[in-house]
Amino acid sequence: MTTAERAFERPVTDATVVVEARGLGRTFGLHTPWTTRLVHRNAPRRIVAVDDVSFTIARGRTLALVGESGCGKSTLARLMVGLDVPTHGSAWLDRVDVQATLAGPVDAARALRRRMQMVFQDPYASLNPRWRVGDIVAEPLLEQRLILPAQAPARVAALLASVGLDGIDTRQFPHQFSGGQRQRISLARAIATSPEFLVCDEPTSSLDVSVQAQVLNLLVDLQRERALTCLFISHNLVVVRYVAHDVGVMYLGRIVELAPREELFAAPRHPYTRMLLAAVPDLKGRGRERAPVLGEVPDPLSPPSGCAFHPRCPLANERCRVERPALRSAGVVRVACHAVEEGRL
Amino acid sequence: MSGPLLEVRDLCVEFPTRHGPLRALDGVSFDIAPGEILGVVGESGAGKSLTGAAVIGLLEPPGRVCRGQVLLEGSRIDDLPREAMRRLQGRRIGAIFQDPLTSLDPLYTVGHQLVETLRAHFALGTSQAREQAVELLRQTGIPAPEARLAQYPHEFSGGMRQRVVIALALAAKPALVIADEPTTALDVAVQAQILQLLRGVTQARGAAVMLITHDMGVVAETCDRVAVMYAGRVVEIGPVDEVLQRPAHPYTVGLMASVPSLHDARDRLAQIPGALPRLGEIPAGCAFHPRCPKASPRCREERPELALVRRTRAACWWPMVEGFAAP
Repeated sequence: MTTAERAFERPVTDATVVVEARGLGRTFGLHTPWTTRLVHRNAPRRIVAVDDVSFTIARGRTLALVGESGCGKSTLARLMVGLDVPTHGSAWLDRVDVQATLAGPVDAARALRRRMQMVFQDPYASLNPRWRVGDIVAEPLLEQRLILPAQAPARVAALLASVGLDGIDTRQFPHQFSGGQRQRISLARAIATSPEFLVCDEPTSSLDVSVQAQVLNLLVDLQRERALTCLFISHNLVVVRYVAHDVGVMYLGRIVELAPREELFAAPRHPYTRMLLAAVPDLKGRGRERAPVLGEVPDPLSPPSGCAFHPRCPLANERCRVERPALRSAGVVRVACHAVEEGRL
Repeated sequence: MSGPLLEVRDLCVEFPTRHGPLRALDGVSFDIAPGEILGVVGESGAGKSLTGAAVIGLLEPPGRVCRGQVLLEGSRIDDLPREAMRRLQGRRIGAIFQDPLTSLDPLYTVGHQLVETLRAHFALGTSQAREQAVELLRQTGIPAPEARLAQYPHEFSGGMRQRVVIALALAAKPALVIADEPTTALDVAVQAQILQLLRGVTQARGAAVMLITHDMGVVAETCDRVAVMYAGRVVEIGPVDEVLQRPAHPYTVGLMASVPSLHDARDRLAQIPGALPRLGEIPAGCAFHPRCPKASPRCREERPELALVRRTRAACWWPMVEGFAAP
């Protein structure tokens, strides 16, 4: 089966949608002391980290969200698994409102938690340094009361084997393992309760390329074997190519382009997506200077008017400075850009 | 001046432990010519940063250089007394580190730090130093440099901060610049800007640069030559296009194949089995042999030295010689 066939193997219909974000938004207040505010007469300041984000992920597929630091991708990941509370909108797993369920009766909340798990960026910070590896991997199973303590060693060994860590000493501590091994341990912990939905927040960005290749391949294998539905967060468009079925590009809290992987890489629509692709270093060597990229991500405390990307956009005109573009469908692709809509591209 | 600006000869670094010394760098040799950028790549723990620190005399004790020489413009600098070395650092050697926020003092304005640096190295009045500071910021592409002088590091974005760090490193017009992962903390878009800047300003001044990175893409578009390190040794060194397109050492081949690419026909990344050995457990013979697809009995016993393969030099008994197509 070719890549393209696999990407479109399962058509997105309502029946297969497991994960959904509906108009998700998260605003953080900056807590300036009230005396300072009084003296300087400042209004309370707010950062809109995630702004009106909607998407669906069909069962067994992977959606990757890509963007520069500060674009709100990690906040979005945390909202999807209920680690943070949205200020607008809601996250859904299999027609269950994540936030409402976690706030509700304990049993229902625990049942929902079993079904969604997360892998974090830093394998040095996300594993408790005082716990033995065996205890770390067994913890979700015991917490969920899926096994008895006596059954733990066998299950832990099986889980570690499934992430390529056969025969390691489970009485060792995280610091006795390398970064790649630690990220495998994080993965073993995440798949312990057989979740349906896995969120990976930059799982390989702290790893070396050769180790990154091992972990990415493992992730793809696990996803296929277990029919996991994945949300994969990354700042690296190239990495996403190897794991995602669909790709969303985020800029300053909003999704600006959402497309099947093949489409996005073959024909990027949004000027920001094009800029990100042009900025990818080319191994075919020097001579090709990377397209000069204009400016940096603006301060989220004072976002630009209209389209947030307009100060860096070569195609910006008066309308872009005033009116914020909505995410519009164009075939299988959704883009939020006036230039694309008007055919100025 | 003819000949290399920096010569590193058979450099070894050891860390004493209770169980005897651990050798972290073992016989590292390379040259950098004036105006040349040498990339040093390898996985974390391969000894890249340690090489940089040893060259500029910033090894953290208890690590120590136990053998070898470092020559800057023909004279040894590895055995200089502390005070002489300190004068050399900053004046003849500039350093740029990964995290711009920790390289700048948060309590002083950017202007203060630049003026201070300039006056430490040159006999300048405050106003002259200020003018030069403005000029430095302008050269590193910071808009409105006069206004920026009065600002503190936290008022700069990540990319702008790294520009300030580059301006500081170049303030004393050093002959050698050591850049240790200068763009790792930055977004790809900003990374491209900073690399172009680094290349531009160092070439304009004819400074030699040692660029330490784990990112092959950074090497591909910035460096003239590249040294690949594995387990404390240089396993391959040569011109960038040769090493990246037609690598001779199996480790470089594996490393190149595991780099994700936009124009990759494959659906899956190639991976090198296993992991970098720990310092105390470096295998005998060729350190890469347990992970190498071409390992032979000879590789397990005898350690290969760097030898010419086409236009690159590789430390391997069975280098990729002919008919190898880069991934």
